[in-house]
Amino acid sequence: MPMWKQKNKIQQNKKDIAFDIATHLLLFLVLIVIVYPLYFVLVASFSDPQYVNSGKMLFFPQGFTTMGYERVFSDERLLTSYMNTILYTLGGTGLGVFCSVLSGYALSRKDLPFRGVIMAMLIVTMYFSGGLIPTYLLVGNLHLLNTRAIIILLGSISVYNIILIRSFFTTMMPESLYEAAQLDGCGNTRFFFAIALPLSKAIVAVIALYIAVNSWNSYFNPMIYLTDVNKYPLPILLREILITAKPSDTNAIVDDPAAAAKAATLVEVVKYGIIVVTTLPILCVYPFLQKYFVKGVMIGSIKG
Amino acid sequence: MSHTSTRGLPHHPGNTRQKRKKTATWKLMKSNWALYFFLLPTVVYFIIFNYIPMYGIQIAFKNFSASDGIWGSPWVGTYWIEQFISSPMFWNYFLNTLILSLYSLLAGFPAPIILALIINYIASPRFKRVAQTITYMPHFISVVVLVGMMSSFLSPSSGFVNTFLSMFGIEPIYFMGKSELFRHLYVWSGIWQNAGWDSIIYIAALTSVSPDLHEAAIIDGASKLQRIWNIDLPSILPITITLLILNCGGILGVGFEKAYLMQNYLNLNVSEVISTYTYKIGLQLSEFSYSTAIGLFNTLINFIVLVIVNTVARRTSEISLW
Repeated sequence: MPMWKQKNKIQQNKKDIAFDIATHLLLFLVLIVIVYPLYFVLVASFSDPQYVNSGKMLFFPQGFTTMGYERVFSDERLLTSYMNTILYTLGGTGLGVFCSVLSGYALSRKDLPFRGVIMAMLIVTMYFSGGLIPTYLLVGNLHLLNTRAIIILLGSISVYNIILIRSFFTTMMPESLYEAAQLDGCGNTRFFFAIALPLSKAIVAVIALYIAVNSWNSYFNPMIYLTDVNKYPLPILLREILITAKPSDTNAIVDDPAAAAKAATLVEVVKYGIIVVTTLPILCVYPFLQKYFVKGVMIGSIKG
Repeated sequence: MSHTSTRGLPHHPGNTRQKRKKTATWKLMKSNWALYFFLLPTVVYFIIFNYIPMYGIQIAFKNFSASDGIWGSPWVGTYWIEQFISSPMFWNYFLNTLILSLYSLLAGFPAPIILALIINYIASPRFKRVAQTITYMPHFISVVVLVGMMSSFLSPSSGFVNTFLSMFGIEPIYFMGKSELFRHLYVWSGIWQNAGWDSIIYIAALTSVSPDLHEAAIIDGASKLQRIWNIDLPSILPITITLLILNCGGILGVGFEKAYLMQNYLNLNVSEVISTYTYKIGLQLSEFSYSTAIGLFNTLINFIVLVIVNTVARRTSEISLW
């Protein structure tokens, strides 16, 4: 090997080593930046708010307490909101999965006349919609304002999910399968439920999770359409507790400064407990389903 | 099928063929009636919740009053759109929206690509998996919780960010109340939340790059940086452009939720965007026609930008959405 070439190679290796060190360091830093806030919330939820607020608690729990959680679980409004969120999530997910899987399958069938027209009709809605006020007026005319039904209905079916399912069926299911089944006298309905659906468990799981995460975190529609506190889902309540100041505390300041200070620290400790309690269900479920999520994104990228 | 059977007929072959085709379509429709039944709930849903509201857009050109209804209210032409464009706040809100989304795009678009490239070159499969699990995680946090976390962490009296800063002798900063920091917080918290999730698609594209290309490059003595530049980036270019076009389509579509949640009276001069303004005009002030007109204006601009970007992409790279 000529001298210059060998030297070249060594230099390249050096460059690659520098590259590896840089990328590992950078990734490590990124991971810390992502994990630390989440870790902080978890640790702070078990710590005495006094330490958390004075900045003494940075890495390990200080003054271990479950006061925050006790307060969270004894708060009736929070429990009501929790139940509401579970209801909206289950309802929206059930409805969304049912409709998207059925229609995604139907649209994947090449022997369905007018499927192009129906598809176009759906895609148009991805770019054009009536907008806030016309939709609001419609919901009012349907007498669905301030009902649980509208929260479950709105946003449960998304064109993106339908395209995802359609792509799944067109790429993963050979047409010959249906033709063979048809020759054996198997109709559409039976074919779908006996053959297509069992084969598509993974994609159904993906869709279900997409919809569930969306409705669990949904904030806009409940804010617009609900006025009854008893129907509020978690995000609405969270906003009150986490972001906007609570009016009850400001009243207390006028009456009794010491009590107000106590109430304020209590709000602080409840804050972190509430974040954990409302976010944990999703964060716990997701790592087990990660591979399906990834699969879903990839099927989506095949293009509708 | 139909055209082979009509071949022998001398009279009006087109006409007969059409007829045959029609009966064939009809037959297919009849044998597949169950599939239409499958589609029924979805179609009904979109007609009710998307197409009927589109009919209501006409109130953008009317002076809507609840007693007259959508159809009965008197026409006023483009009065509302003109009023919005000529209002003193127009440029403020328009630029707020544009700057926020351009900044999000410029900083937020490359982030997942860089992250994907880094993760792709991590040798240890275990570290790779852990990194992916962790970086995807923030995607599942709701916007409300994210903004709540920000206001706690960045609080001047009790937030840990200011605790860290004070270690370096920096005075506490009221991050959420400074309007000059609003955009940075908005954009970088978005990157924190979504860069990992958005990188999935690029990681998938990178793993599908043929290993032969990399082997050949290694034999030629290419460094990893050179391989990224000459192999990886060109091979993820198509998906990158597709996603870029899609993102540009929402250039005035700054989401309502996060901007609204991060708003306070101190940063309103930069945090009021078209979507939050539409909400306030429409549902807080009940100016239904005005709000609809602003929303329509927003949708139109988005659509025009999407068409322009798509055309440019098609001319320059032959990659486009349509």
